[in-house]
Amino acid sequence: MSSTTPSATRGAGPAGTEGVHEFTATGGDWDQISAEAERLGDERIVVNMGPQHPSTHGVLRVVLEIEGETVTEARAGIGFLHTGIEKNMEFRTWTQGVTFCTRMDYVAPLFQEAGYCLAVEKLLDITDDVPERATLIRVLMMELNRVASHMVAIGSGGNELGATTMMTIAFRDREEIMRIFEAVTGLRMNHAYIRPGGVAQDLAPGTTQMVRDAIPKIRNGIAELEKITLANPIFIGRQQGVGYLPLAGAIALGAAGPILRAAGLPFDLRRTQPYCGYETYDFEIVTETGADAYARMVVRFREMRESLKIVQQVLDRLEAQDRQGKHPVMVADKKIAWPAQLAVGTDGQGNSLEHIKEIMGTSMEALIHHFKLVTEGFRVPAGQVYQQIEHPKGILGVHLVSDGGTRPYRAHFRDPSFNNLQTLGIMCEGGTIADVVVALASIDPVLGGVDR
Amino acid sequence: MADQGKGRSPARTGTGKNVPAKTKTKAKAKAKAKPDFDVDGDSDKNAVQEFLAPVAGFGVTMSTLFRPVVTEQYPFEKKGTYPRYHGRHQLNRYADGLEKCIGCELCAWVCPADAIYVESGNNTPGAQYSPGERYGKVYQINYLRCIFCALCIEACPTRALTMTNDFELAGTSRAEMIFEKETLLAPLRSGMLAAPHPMIEGTDDDDYYRNEVTGPSLDQVDWVRERRPDDETLEAAAAAAQRAAQATVGGAE
Ligand code: SF4
Ligand code: SF4
Repeated sequence: MSSTTPSATRGAGPAGTEGVHEFTATGGDWDQISAEAERLGDERIVVNMGPQHPSTHGVLRVVLEIEGETVTEARAGIGFLHTGIEKNMEFRTWTQGVTFCTRMDYVAPLFQEAGYCLAVEKLLDITDDVPERATLIRVLMMELNRVASHMVAIGSGGNELGATTMMTIAFRDREEIMRIFEAVTGLRMNHAYIRPGGVAQDLAPGTTQMVRDAIPKIRNGIAELEKITLANPIFIGRQQGVGYLPLAGAIALGAAGPILRAAGLPFDLRRTQPYCGYETYDFEIVTETGADAYARMVVRFREMRESLKIVQQVLDRLEAQDRQGKHPVMVADKKIAWPAQLAVGTDGQGNSLEHIKEIMGTSMEALIHHFKLVTEGFRVPAGQVYQQIEHPKGILGVHLVSDGGTRPYRAHFRDPSFNNLQTLGIMCEGGTIADVVVALASIDPVLGGVDR
Repeated sequence: MADQGKGRSPARTGTGKNVPAKTKTKAKAKAKAKPDFDVDGDSDKNAVQEFLAPVAGFGVTMSTLFRPVVTEQYPFEKKGTYPRYHGRHQLNRYADGLEKCIGCELCAWVCPADAIYVESGNNTPGAQYSPGERYGKVYQINYLRCIFCALCIEACPTRALTMTNDFELAGTSRAEMIFEKETLLAPLRSGMLAAPHPMIEGTDDDDYYRNEVTGPSLDQVDWVRERRPDDETLEAAAAAAQRAAQATVGGAE
């Protein structure tokens, strides 16, 4: 390609780009392309940023119409990571659905699990039967996951600006959380740990101490990141006043999460529509007034500290429970409760020998429940439900429709990244191309969630 | 722009660019001496720290120089996983060498990724592989499909299927990544007698499920010796059975 003069063709591209000449850049041929563009003298130049561009936060395609360095129009092209998760969930049992929806926003997998399970529990009308300990564990995991997700937002956002150190520090401390997840759920991401009716298994022995040991390290990492960024003139220069979206615009476009709170509205579902007992924890709803990329970063920094505050409170409660003995982590109703009792032995992890003894040796009823739940799952009364939770990126909505069967008739997720991404155009238009990267990083979309 | 940023308390900035932000934020900071969110006092800065804030990043870099490196040197140094880690599957055996898998297909049913294929076969008096009537004749796990969710081990009613901590699963072809029963079966520990052979006389499958079988019996050893005199596990199993028999006699006395 580099030996031939780039050929400009009349493009039949996406809406809005008809009639514009089309170039394919293969790297290293910029001189030829710009010479050709100059010769043609088109008034409009439309540039595709992504879907493989390293700074588009995944596989997002941003269609930019530019005038010199200024962006006159920006549109997000999505769908490159479409996996059909929602459709697939219609062909899986309610329990199996967890293993699918956890993969949507893979940076914050536990939130999809929690949102989905809360929704299923609402449909089953067992919300109040979920054991206290299961709820505590859910909160613990979610808040740790919130920190991990914000770490990725800040770290990879910095990396996209060329500040690799931000990423290495953020990922170093996120690793502490990943270790906790691995110790508890057996996986670093996509855990399928939260299940309808509770959680898959109790915390691993020593988890609370492990989390306590990790908190100072994570705090330290947050402090270091703040030192590197928040007062740094270059960082401020790149971030302040960039990706500006005031409150009215954010509300009109349905944006939530850090975008909304950075515009000054203390909107957080943990406070406005508490679930999982969030009303009993002491934490602040963080707001800033800058409404720009910088304010969003500050909100994330401060939210991480708030999450750690909640984590500490949960740990206290979990340890108080530990002192009382064993507590269930799954609903008591044998027709719904997932029947497994895992134990680690020299032969690996599998159902505990006591559980085997019970279902195979002594209780015919337990065996029947086990077989039924495992093969076809439980039935969920017909109806529909909408459950919202506060995801690190905004509002996660789960809309489930049941026709009374063992599988969802329809499962729909309102992913926060998807709605937040709508703000990209208004944030970028009028700014420079370089600011698109900053604005995008401040939205922090995860394309697995956007495309589902 | 840079000037405006200078001297601000880092965690307190974020007011619009063109506002006389300095005075405003300062006043706010004074009203609330210690920010409420600041649990560990990181933003409680004195004048010098505030003056140095724009270059505080260099301090982080310098101090990092003297900290231990966190990079893991995989594959030269393996750190291992946590015990619950979802790694490669394993099909287990009872202490006498019979397979635990009864071919019930629950693992295959529950698998959300359709990664498991099981075909069960009938145990016959001449070829008994597992306690009870059925055993897993064909057992495959397709690691190109498996998402390591562990639902299968949760479904298995006999603890035949477990997950080990082995995560080094890579291959160069599709066929290689579909693990067959021979690969998945746990190796015979010393003292186990290779299947097929009958169950221990006087027991039924429930005794196996209750984990009451502790090793091969002399009758089982004889059965195998008669039919497969070259079986490699025979000698060790015979010794184990002998020891067990003596222990029982000793215990009875
Ligand atoms: S771990 Fe999950 S995906 Fe893999 S075989 Fe088991 S059930 Fe299937
Ligand atoms: S591994 Fe377990 S669940 Fe699967 S067929 Fe064998 S006994 Fe049944």
